[in-house]
Amino acid sequence: MENTAIGKSQIRWDAVAKVTGRANYTGDIPQKEMYHGKIYRAKIAHGMVKSIDVSEALKVPGVIKVLTPDDVSSYSFPTAGHPYSLDPKLSDKADRKILTRHIRLYGDEIAAVIAKTELAAEEALGKIKVEYEEYEFYLTPEESLKEGALEIHEGTKNIIADTTAEIGDLETGFKEADILIEHDCYTPTVQHCQMENQIAYAYKDVDGRWVCVTSTQIPHICRRILGQAFGMPWGRFRVIKPFVGGGFGNKQDVTIEPMVVAMSMAVGGKPVMLDLHREEVFACTRVRHAISYKMKFGFKNDGRIVAGDILAISNNGAYASHGHAVVAKGGGMVTALYKVPNFKYHAMTVYTNIAAAGAMRGYGVPQISYAIETFMDTAARKLGIDPFDLRKINMTKAMEENPLLHMTQYTMGLRECIEQGKERFQWEKRVEEVAAAKKAGKLRGLGFAAFAYTSGTYPKGLEAAGCRLVLNQDGSIKMMVGATEIGQGSDTVFRQMVAETVGVPVDMVYADQVTDTDTSPFDTGAYASRQTFVSGMAVKKAAEELKEKILLAALEFAEEGQEAETVDLDVKDCKVIKKSDGSLYTELGDLALKTYYHLNKGICLTADVSNKCIQNAYPYGGTFVDLEVDKVTGKVKIYNILNIHDSGVIINPLMASGQVEGGMTMGISYALDEELRYDSSTGKPLNNNLLDYKMPTMMDVPDLMVDFVEIPDPIGPYGNKSLGEPPNCSPAPAIRNAIADAIGVDINAIPITPQKIIEVLNAKDKEV
Amino acid sequence: MYQINGYLEASTISEAIDYLNKNDNAQIIAGGTDVLIKTRERKGGYVDRDLVGIMRIPELKGIKIDAEGNIVIGATSSFTEVEENEIIKSNIPSLCTAVGSVGGPQIRNMGTIGGNVANGATSADSASTLFALDTIVRIASKEGIREVPIEEFYLGPGKVALNKGEILTSFVILKKNYKGFKGDYIKYSHRKAMDIATLGCSVMIKINGQIIEELKIAYGVAGPTPVRAKGAEEYGVGKEISQEVLNEIGEMCLKDTSARDSWRASKAFREQLIRELPKRAINNAIGGGFNA
Amino acid sequence: MLKKINCIINGEPKEIEVDVRESLLDMLRNRLHLTGTKQGCGVGECGACAVLIDGNTIDSCIYMAVWADGKNITTIEGISKPDGSLSDIQQNYVDKGAVQCGFCTPGFVISTTALLNKNDDPSRDEIRRGLSGNLCRCTGYQKILDAVETTVEQRRNSKK
Repeated sequence: MENTAIGKSQIRWDAVAKVTGRANYTGDIPQKEMYHGKIYRAKIAHGMVKSIDVSEALKVPGVIKVLTPDDVSSYSFPTAGHPYSLDPKLSDKADRKILTRHIRLYGDEIAAVIAKTELAAEEALGKIKVEYEEYEFYLTPEESLKEGALEIHEGTKNIIADTTAEIGDLETGFKEADILIEHDCYTPTVQHCQMENQIAYAYKDVDGRWVCVTSTQIPHICRRILGQAFGMPWGRFRVIKPFVGGGFGNKQDVTIEPMVVAMSMAVGGKPVMLDLHREEVFACTRVRHAISYKMKFGFKNDGRIVAGDILAISNNGAYASHGHAVVAKGGGMVTALYKVPNFKYHAMTVYTNIAAAGAMRGYGVPQISYAIETFMDTAARKLGIDPFDLRKINMTKAMEENPLLHMTQYTMGLRECIEQGKERFQWEKRVEEVAAAKKAGKLRGLGFAAFAYTSGTYPKGLEAAGCRLVLNQDGSIKMMVGATEIGQGSDTVFRQMVAETVGVPVDMVYADQVTDTDTSPFDTGAYASRQTFVSGMAVKKAAEELKEKILLAALEFAEEGQEAETVDLDVKDCKVIKKSDGSLYTELGDLALKTYYHLNKGICLTADVSNKCIQNAYPYGGTFVDLEVDKVTGKVKIYNILNIHDSGVIINPLMASGQVEGGMTMGISYALDEELRYDSSTGKPLNNNLLDYKMPTMMDVPDLMVDFVEIPDPIGPYGNKSLGEPPNCSPAPAIRNAIADAIGVDINAIPITPQKIIEVLNAKDKEV
Repeated sequence: MYQINGYLEASTISEAIDYLNKNDNAQIIAGGTDVLIKTRERKGGYVDRDLVGIMRIPELKGIKIDAEGNIVIGATSSFTEVEENEIIKSNIPSLCTAVGSVGGPQIRNMGTIGGNVANGATSADSASTLFALDTIVRIASKEGIREVPIEEFYLGPGKVALNKGEILTSFVILKKNYKGFKGDYIKYSHRKAMDIATLGCSVMIKINGQIIEELKIAYGVAGPTPVRAKGAEEYGVGKEISQEVLNEIGEMCLKDTSARDSWRASKAFREQLIRELPKRAINNAIGGGFNA
Repeated sequence: MLKKINCIINGEPKEIEVDVRESLLDMLRNRLHLTGTKQGCGVGECGACAVLIDGNTIDSCIYMAVWADGKNITTIEGISKPDGSLSDIQQNYVDKGAVQCGFCTPGFVISTTALLNKNDDPSRDEIRRGLSGNLCRCTGYQKILDAVETTVEQRRNSKK
């Protein structure tokens, strides 16, 4: 049967509200007598607070209170937006307190001011006097792991985790190899740069509970962490998420909510707003893990990988946040892409004194994709094999089990992505053009890189989702989900799913404007590209249940002589029809009205589903790029760039391509421009603002090409696999590979800035 | 909210000067794209000040050609106003390029050319072109008007020759310094918008056939203040343009500049740009023909 | 220090008492509850707070409220037609998928409005330059470009 809603470019339901400025984000919701909170942040990178003098700060007109570590809850709590683990061994590290005397990064949170105005609070910050005992600080794992380094967290030796995943026997594998190839590379600390900074306000509600309205990706998890931070029953907290101005993982973490609730608690439950500055967001929320890789692979002369050894060291910064999960994910992504019969993936996650690294779009996969895909190009050159062929020789196939993740993949479309992508990109024609350009002395190059991803976190993490549907009196459907709309468009896609399965037009399905832990079904939130796949399963299940109830009700309210079997009934375009002849059985609106208002029969129809997803499906794809390097200024000009994705069935092509374009752009500047940098003499961030941190403007982004290979996946609720994060996994290695092709030198650390290119080219000239 | 003490909207130059003379805490604010940001960032010297707004003073506005053919640019002309001005477009297009490379549209609509120079930054996009034009800075005080060559106006990083009670009122570009010249400004920055220059290079050149009659090369971020490459200029004058001459000009520019290592860019990289950008700017100005 | 100013906001003359320390953004959001104008950085680096002053875009976070005296100001709330229907620019942002999280969107719509008022037939590069003072992290700008180009084309066709 032809789809009615799936696969259509449905316009997002909140777009009109957003283009008119009527969509309310956290800072837009009016409150009576709101106080403003500000955080006093450490001006050293590592040490102890010896004393805090707040007396002058308290004299600033408008200041209500100044809080020090003694004034707030001192429970340690974890911050990662992971589901709670019943196994204490698998729990996230509870290494954070609301305020601290032990300073672990420049900007750590020592004290807080609550004032009538933001300006008064800021003025008071300038009058707080803190005496420090300064310690040596460490910006890199190399420094924090050196002999005799101080422990940033007691008893850890600065190691959050050190794990090894193995397949087969590495030494045997290396012995079988005809050639051993080594490769080191590095990916930098970068930041999400969601346009809405972290912002939240909290108050005590009339029922005595604490309400936190916050721009979060994880309302239900946030509520649990508030419980942990205050040592109180979780039900005493209610978290409300209005419209969210982007997250990309930075809000898949609890960064300001315990603080703002503590502020409200300090003023008897009056509403207090905490609205971070952009500079604080850069320096003190979350960043992407910088990871360095040491790789050694053994190949047969025909290109087959026989052994692979990877050491990955991940810079987690000052607090554990998502910790080891990020780098650990990499091993399974290597084995998703390629068969490595003898494999060792050794990963270490290390504390340092920079901003805590957490989740960021791609969750360790942009890093491992960079490592493995730059490696494959380097290896192809050494082996004298075409890079596409080398990938094809080693890539996994459908119906194979991932030996590290222990999940079977039913579809694997990388081969199709390469074939279709090469054609769409006119690869062969470009090969000739590039050769001609090179002959003319130009530094032009082509590159490709692949990626593999997951749909949700299972089996590493819990995948629970909920959906509640209510058939309204007019036959429209109220949809409530706990999965979190943060701009990516999940609510619009869920509406399409409900419409498709129940048989109503999409505009008859209404989404919630807010996610509210009191009323929205339990769902762990917006991350891991899980919504269309994991939450989509719950939505589909609820829609099927509601439809079944509709059909039963249709029979219950059948007119005399209107016999039918439920198997012969269907709902199409708000009508209950007979499948056998397509005739109208009853209008859905009429039926709904009867279910509500018949004096004796029927009940209001609802479906309330909670679903645990215990499967996974891997999306695949890659990036093709054609670029030129200016040999004197080092500038890289991208002529064309194509991302192609096997994400199974595409639910909404317009929004899907929008996701891909956004992810590609992040990936491009990850390759060329972005890096959060620190002053090695003070540990202070150097470029924690949007001027000095080079997030691209509209003039910096080339035209973007997007394509899909749609192979329906039997696990995905509508044949779909994940799509949100995959687009920024492969652009960086593809760009690096193209630059290597253009300049004839491998640059293995990103960002590949013009200066770095020039240094490499000048060094090469000297060699000649 | 900005942490300021007070605000006065001056409607005449003399009103502003009076206020500056009697209030030690007074600080001029023009378009605000520099002062308000520093206030927000609580930079020293920018908090709790008494700001004096000068954007409504008519004499500071406007761009005109005087009787001698000199171009006079009012200090509070916004970057957009300079970029779109017909006099500038037809006589000094490289200045349009320069002011057009500042920030983004919103910043160019508010930021002023006077503010760009008065804050003393070496990275100011308009400054190197004003240097290449041998611009005269006109300054008003209660004593009257004085004129300072722009090279003497810059004293050091963030330091300019404005005394207490003085206001930068306009820039004067003499006819002999623009008439018959071609020019170009190249801003080298990470991003194509919303960025500060890693290096800026402005060139004014007068050619007769292929012979360089006059040449002026100025840089931003090649030293603590914008700077002219006079040695290279002298070398170039009288030469027939060739690839070799261009290369030599690039090399000679290094002697007049003093690029530094900073976290934003290395000295070596800046020097590579110092050599390269004047070649490209000259090439662009004369309409191409050389492998810059 | 309070000061009375007179200005036109979204077509309505207003007399407003402002603190001289306020930004225009503070005034719009806190005094007039025009919360469609967003703050993304507070220092003129992102464009989320863009509004029109006498037809030109400025970042209201680095514009003193007192400067609004005598000015004609248009915020995102004043972009829709008087009957509440969307402007062609807004409609194309909706239709072309140019909106994701939406936080940058009001600023982009404002900048697009100014750009097309000034130049009714901009090239692709001119569009990119005209909107380069607004940052977006969701879209990669591609669909924003599509929306603006579609508007230009529609306007061109309707003139024929």
